[in-house]
Amino acid sequence: MTSTTPLLEVSGLTMRFGGLLAVDGVALNVFPQQIVSMIGPNGAGKTTVFNCLTGFYKPSDGKIIFRGEEIQGLPGFKVARKGMIRTFQHVRLFKEMTVLENLLIAQHQSMNTNMLAGLFKTPSYRRSEKEAMDRAAYWLERVDLKEFANRKANTLAYGQQRRLEIARCMVTQPSLLMLDEPAAGLNPRETEDLKVLIAELRQNHDLTILLIEHDMKLVMSISDHIVVINQGCPLAQGTPEQVRQNPDVIKAYLGET
Amino acid sequence: MMIQNLKPAVISAVVVVVLTGLLMGVRLEQLGTGLTVTGAGPDVYWKIAAAAAFMFFFNLFRDHLSALWKALPGMPKTPTTLSDAAEKPLVRRLFWCFLIAAALIWPFMANRGGTDLATLVLIYIMLGLGLNIVVGLAGLLDLGYVGFYAVGAYSYALLAMYFGVGFWTGLIAAGCMAALFGFLLGFPVLRLRGDYLAIVTLGFGEIIRILLNNMTWLTNGPNGIGGIPKPTLFGLEFSRRASEGMQSFHDFVGISYDSSHRVIFLYLLALLLVLITLFVINRLLRMPIGRAWEALREDEIACRSLGINPTAIKLNAFTIGATFAGFAGCFFAARQGFISPESFTFIESAIILAIVVLGGMGSQVGVILAAIIMTVLPEMAREFNEYRMLLFGLMMVLMMIWRPQGLLPMKRPHMELRT
Repeated sequence: MTSTTPLLEVSGLTMRFGGLLAVDGVALNVFPQQIVSMIGPNGAGKTTVFNCLTGFYKPSDGKIIFRGEEIQGLPGFKVARKGMIRTFQHVRLFKEMTVLENLLIAQHQSMNTNMLAGLFKTPSYRRSEKEAMDRAAYWLERVDLKEFANRKANTLAYGQQRRLEIARCMVTQPSLLMLDEPAAGLNPRETEDLKVLIAELRQNHDLTILLIEHDMKLVMSISDHIVVINQGCPLAQGTPEQVRQNPDVIKAYLGET
Repeated sequence: MMIQNLKPAVISAVVVVVLTGLLMGVRLEQLGTGLTVTGAGPDVYWKIAAAAAFMFFFNLFRDHLSALWKALPGMPKTPTTLSDAAEKPLVRRLFWCFLIAAALIWPFMANRGGTDLATLVLIYIMLGLGLNIVVGLAGLLDLGYVGFYAVGAYSYALLAMYFGVGFWTGLIAAGCMAALFGFLLGFPVLRLRGDYLAIVTLGFGEIIRILLNNMTWLTNGPNGIGGIPKPTLFGLEFSRRASEGMQSFHDFVGISYDSSHRVIFLYLLALLLVLITLFVINRLLRMPIGRAWEALREDEIACRSLGINPTAIKLNAFTIGATFAGFAGCFFAARQGFISPESFTFIESAIILAIVVLGGMGSQVGVILAAIIMTVLPEMAREFNEYRMLLFGLMMVLMMIWRPQGLLPMKRPHMELRT
């Protein structure tokens, strides 16, 4: 543990869809610069937890404290502005726009969006535009996509689209990056690259990462802390070693016999 | 195949004979107190026979015909060399310069009617460009756009009637009023999506018109407002005799009075407004807000996950779009000198929307081209009189079959990363 106050503190998170209890009393702490993974069988409610945390769903109950502020019930864009940025299980790029533009849109909040400044191209407007371009170029370099900067996003290969999505999150300069199954659909080599990238992000950019993933090899090798969810309920949590040996987890994954 | 078609062919021919024979071939005429059946002349019978024969052969050979229809070449595609050339900034700039020069020369070449028509085209271009922001760029279907046009027109007309405000102040006031209405309407409705938004905006357009119609104490109701002052050029009036304390243009320049001066002036003024609109929209497209509109159209959820407030972005598009309608409305009121709620019916909204769709959603050159076609064609087809709307409809149907993406589909300026 690197710090004593958690960056993200979730307690008693509950989400009800009508009569269905999708998430029931999930609690987890994420400390700065940690990599925390959330695992569980399909349909366990991991993505629902993500949606609650990032404001896409309004949780029925529970408390979410991010950087000392309660954020439950805030709309998604406000949560994002506080520095909690997520990716999606299915890539959600702006497909008809170029790779570069995808990164520029992500910086909308930090850019000079004053109408008059833009109409007359004032120096401050030009400066903010140049900064955005530079940051985009930097991140394209980092994820190895610079040569594709002016291509439409949907012409990229799947693995590249995944990387672009991470780059798009990074240009917003988040403090917590939430990745929803980032390795889904990647081949073993790409998964290995992703692992290196995630480790690097944490190291060099003071980033905390919350991960949903099914690839156990990736999860076990990269995580500091693992939270297991089964049928909406927290099942176990601890270090990869503890989780691996937890009998409940083995039972949930392998079935009861 | 022909044998197969023989039965439906015979049936359709018989149906034609029976139906048209009864409808057109015989007439009931009053004779004294009774009614008698009289037959029509032989030419009518010949026509009925021809129609029956046509239906017979049409059904007989319908498979061949549909094959022919398929073989018919589609709309010619723009040659690639041309579209490549159009990408180059120099060619684009030259094209725009040429277009503007042509527009500037036009009133001095054309007659008075031509200039007047061109001014109308310019008003529609302005409206089309404004709606284009809302529908084409931000992807919000707005069926009540004419409401903002009406707000602009009435803002100026009322200000002029009650407070004697001049055109230029009125122009700004009209823009602001329309923007305010756009903002106020947008606030509650932009949470709605697609069809629902379309219906609410449709209602809004109608509410504005009906309010203007019924608030007789303020707007004169259906009688409209007349005597709206014409625009002035730095305080110079375009009339034979200047009003009290004013100077007229022909006196100032020292030429004899000609009523065409005013027509030309109005045209040039409209052109100026259109050019300003074009400039603003072109800048908007390259600004963060322009990118955000497109991003929002593509994926609203991704936008939210990146900290972009969709409602604010949409509201922005709605307000800016409304502002241009306000300007257009003010100019319209000043040009006509008389406005009534009649001018702001739903059909206007439909025509403006048709201009945007016909031109190619989001494309500015497309909107200009479509506005010209939609205004000039009905004017030229005046001889056809009652078939005008029919031709109009036919054209729209054919367009949607051949080029659903519009005349000139949008090409948004892309930012390039120079390496």
